[in-house]
Amino acid sequence: MTTSTNLVYLIALPLFSAALLLLLGRIADKWGHIFATLISGSVFVIGVAEFFAMQGRDGEARAATQKVFEWISVGTFQVDASLLLDQLSICFVLLISGVGTLIHIYSIAYMSHDHDRRRFFAYLNLFIAAMLLLVLGDSYLNLYVGWEGVGLASYLLIGFWNQKPAYATAAKKAFVANRVGDLGLSLAIMIAFTQFGTVTFAGVKEGASGASAGALTAIGAMLLLAAAGKSAQFPLQSWLGDAMAGPTPVSALIHAATMVTAGVYLITRSNFIFDASPTAQLMVVIVGAITLLFGALIGTAKDDIKKALAASTMSQIGYMILATGLGPVGYAFAIMHLLTHGFFKAGMFLGAGSVMHGMNDEVNMRRYGAIRKVMPITAATFGLGYLAILGVPPFAGFYSKDKIIETAFNAGGIEGILLGGATLLGAAITAFYMTRVMVLTFAGTKRWDENAHPHESPILMWAPMAILAIGSVTSGFLLNSGSALVNWLQPVVNEHHEHHSEEFLPPLVVSTMALVFVAIGVAFAVLKYRTVPLIAPLDVSIFTKAARKDLYQDSFNEAVLMRPGQKLTAGLVITDYKVIDGLVRSVGWVIQTISSALRSIQNGYVRSYALIMVLGVLALVTAIWMVTL
Amino acid sequence: MLTAPKLDYALLAPILIILGAALLGVIVEAFVKQALRARLQLVIALAGISIAFGQLYLVRNEGSSIAAVTSVSIDGSGIFIQGAILLFAFLGILIIADQDHFAPQASALPGSSEEASALESGKQQTEVFPLTLFAVSGAMLFPIATDFITLFVALEVLSLPLYLMVGLSRRRRLLSQEAALKYFLLGAYSSAFFLFGAALLYGYSGSLSLNGLTDAIRGSGGNDVFLLLGAAFLSVGLLFKIGAVPFHSWTPDVYQGAPTPITGFMAAATKAAAFGATLRIFYIGLDAAQVSWKPAIAVIAVITMIFGSIAAISQRDIKRMLALSSIAHTGFVLIAVVSLNKSALSATLFYLVAYGLATIGAFGIVTLVRDSAGEVTDINRWVGLGKKSPLVAAVFSLFLLSFAGIPLTSGFVGKFAIFSAAYESGNIYLVVAGVLSSAIAVFFYLRLILMLFFAGETNGSVSVVIPSVLTRIAISISAIATVVLGLAPSLLLDVAQNFAYFLR
Repeated sequence: MTTSTNLVYLIALPLFSAALLLLLGRIADKWGHIFATLISGSVFVIGVAEFFAMQGRDGEARAATQKVFEWISVGTFQVDASLLLDQLSICFVLLISGVGTLIHIYSIAYMSHDHDRRRFFAYLNLFIAAMLLLVLGDSYLNLYVGWEGVGLASYLLIGFWNQKPAYATAAKKAFVANRVGDLGLSLAIMIAFTQFGTVTFAGVKEGASGASAGALTAIGAMLLLAAAGKSAQFPLQSWLGDAMAGPTPVSALIHAATMVTAGVYLITRSNFIFDASPTAQLMVVIVGAITLLFGALIGTAKDDIKKALAASTMSQIGYMILATGLGPVGYAFAIMHLLTHGFFKAGMFLGAGSVMHGMNDEVNMRRYGAIRKVMPITAATFGLGYLAILGVPPFAGFYSKDKIIETAFNAGGIEGILLGGATLLGAAITAFYMTRVMVLTFAGTKRWDENAHPHESPILMWAPMAILAIGSVTSGFLLNSGSALVNWLQPVVNEHHEHHSEEFLPPLVVSTMALVFVAIGVAFAVLKYRTVPLIAPLDVSIFTKAARKDLYQDSFNEAVLMRPGQKLTAGLVITDYKVIDGLVRSVGWVIQTISSALRSIQNGYVRSYALIMVLGVLALVTAIWMVTL
Repeated sequence: MLTAPKLDYALLAPILIILGAALLGVIVEAFVKQALRARLQLVIALAGISIAFGQLYLVRNEGSSIAAVTSVSIDGSGIFIQGAILLFAFLGILIIADQDHFAPQASALPGSSEEASALESGKQQTEVFPLTLFAVSGAMLFPIATDFITLFVALEVLSLPLYLMVGLSRRRRLLSQEAALKYFLLGAYSSAFFLFGAALLYGYSGSLSLNGLTDAIRGSGGNDVFLLLGAAFLSVGLLFKIGAVPFHSWTPDVYQGAPTPITGFMAAATKAAAFGATLRIFYIGLDAAQVSWKPAIAVIAVITMIFGSIAAISQRDIKRMLALSSIAHTGFVLIAVVSLNKSALSATLFYLVAYGLATIGAFGIVTLVRDSAGEVTDINRWVGLGKKSPLVAAVFSLFLLSFAGIPLTSGFVGKFAIFSAAYESGNIYLVVAGVLSSAIAVFFYLRLILMLFFAGETNGSVSVVIPSVLTRIAISISAIATVVLGLAPSLLLDVAQNFAYFLR
């Protein structure tokens, strides 16, 4: 363990920048976006420097810590605001600051017409600071601060155009759904504290080895709830689609590449809890499998390009969550998929933003078509991302997704077949809906609105897209060559290679099967969308109807949670008024009545006062006499 | 052959200086021209109090139980309370100096032609200054007296001028004189009990001094009918003076009838003096017999707190409400009396100063709220005062918050100190009763603040007069002290701890 003094700047710089831009107000309008971008860039530079410094150290010494200040000191409960930069956090630091900086650059152009661009950049920096705190905290409590911080930044950015009531509602929905998850995290922290007396990762890890299975399962389940909230996993997934109300760079950064993957980070970071509790692991894989199919199905029916991508994000994170539930062997592949997904999904979101930018903010893909001709760079970068997400070799997704499918099959027995089947099916559906997006947007014929005059975006926008596209092509190969990432993460997730002994199917067979499934999905989409009606057809199958309605997730929430909840609160209000207030009021009434009675004793006559005194003397004498008896 | 007693003049000087200033005031009243009189009286009174305080400060670390043979004992607690009384007297005089509150010629019958001509001539008698100083001298002697004769003399020297001062009001003179008569009658009545109790205790112990009483109890055991009756009757005299239930009946009537500056002064100074004497008698004289009287006094403390807090709720007159609130505060201090430990003693000393300052300030503000017929004491007519005179209403609210014991005011620290001392001595039920009655009391303090700032129509006929410089100084000192002692209580708590001891 190395002691560092630089880690705090990773958080302090963007935090300071956010505060500065918000406090200065309009004065900073002229240079705020440049400043914020430079800050984000310098965070990336520090991150890269730390990465190389870490590579220069060996084994145990790779992880670096910094105690910033003593935060809580109550009796035996000690929490320091300490940062931990290890092999796992550095992956996130580089992803967050790297993709973050690209998206800052992109936003300079994308938001150039917005009156509140400075505020937007302040929020972006706030997000960077909070997200880095989330991945750098050395205890669950420090992580929790970052966890809440990214929730706040996400809320502010989804509702950035809160003059539109629907967008403000979307922000609120995201916030509330996240709060449910946050409750899980706080409960997990509390259980951990009661069980182990500490909330640091190291302390909990130490305690977990001797803890009861029940406690570990409880902590694991609560952590999973937290992850489900933040990462839009079943059953807390409903907010992500609406979160697309935020400006597109936000969708790319927060709701695709970084924040929504915090759940994966949380579970990977807590590997010592899940490894020790098979029940919790089972819950994780079930949630992951359900979500990856759930998201994929929703994606097949969305006409809004951003919502289609959001459904895809949900589904891809389902893959990662599923991988984390597969034990030590899965963590590294989950993180690998997280990183490659960070590249190709952010790239595709920026591409979608670029198309919208050229099409007067039109999001309905039925009004797109043939855009490759007017926006060749966007089409090319988007296309590379498309190939990556499909898992076509040698693009990034091929390495990361196939590993997950493989690992799922290797889980063994019925479970392995079910999970492997789900991931294969998911891959096919993914191929279908992504091809649908490609075809509807970039191929086919023009179905544009007559006012639309699409044009290629400026360099500030396409350069980040191009860089992300390069990542979409190469990152999988780089991370996988010589098991680079697996070895790198080994000290954190305790992976031992003995698990590979019992392979269900040889890797080559799995890859071939996956490619066949993908090909079927692609073919099906290409055939189906040769012609595209401007209005979505109504005589569709019951599945399509359900998928268009997000598989009735909102209806379910409203019927099962919202309406009974409203009834409950209404009942509580009445109880509060009648019972609680009634009790308080009657106490008040009794005292008032006594008070009025006492007033009448105070009648102003000296003779009664004297009599009261005599009675008092008698009582006093009696009292003293009786005590002495 | 009588030999002259040996007196330690340096230690007695503060009282003698006040007495001298009072006598000088009498001469001034008799011989100096009308035009100069008021100003001269004010200067004499303030100078006398200041010099006495200076002398007290010089001898603050000395102590003697034989300063005047054995009739007084000058020790930490005595000096602290004397200092507090002088402080209250100083602030009280500043407010009393606004002569508008006093009858021009108190001896003229209400409604008589003499009264009319006195009002018309604009001449103002200023006997209130020497009367106040006499009362102060009695108040300073009371807490240091160690034999029953001196105690009784001090009690009367304190009380007699007060009876007169209560009847001096310029407006509503009949109410004022009625209050004075009630106070006198009931005061005489309670003095009789006090004296009777002293006689019984003399009969029991064969000694007039508190030390002799203690020795007798230690020698013979505390179970004697003379001792118990004597202790009970003596307590009645003291409980009357501090205004504990059921010997409190005079308090609302007298506080209401008296000229408001006098009310403020006596609420602060008399209570401090009487508690000083009470503490000495219970801690020194009757300490050995505590098993007999402690339960009874504890019950009185509880009844007093609860009675004061509940009865105040239905009051419609601000002065009566403050009177009942002062009864509740008496109950809180009685908790400290029965706790009988050093921290209770220092808590009492702190509480008396904190409460006294806030009381003088609060009554000082009552003198400012008037309509064409004089002070307005009907609470309903104070509604909306905060909109008209935000500063005055805010300062008044500060005093109310201190009475209520809200943190960051001196009242909170005082209550906290007393409750923790009681907890320390094991009287947890007293702490519970104290906290509960504080909760009740908060209701009427906050209701008043609510009325000042947030309720209803502003009453057009009521206005706040611009205070004289002296009144402003007095209220400002009280307000600043209330905040400072709330924020940095150790300034006074440490002093109180150093002074919290008795010499036998």
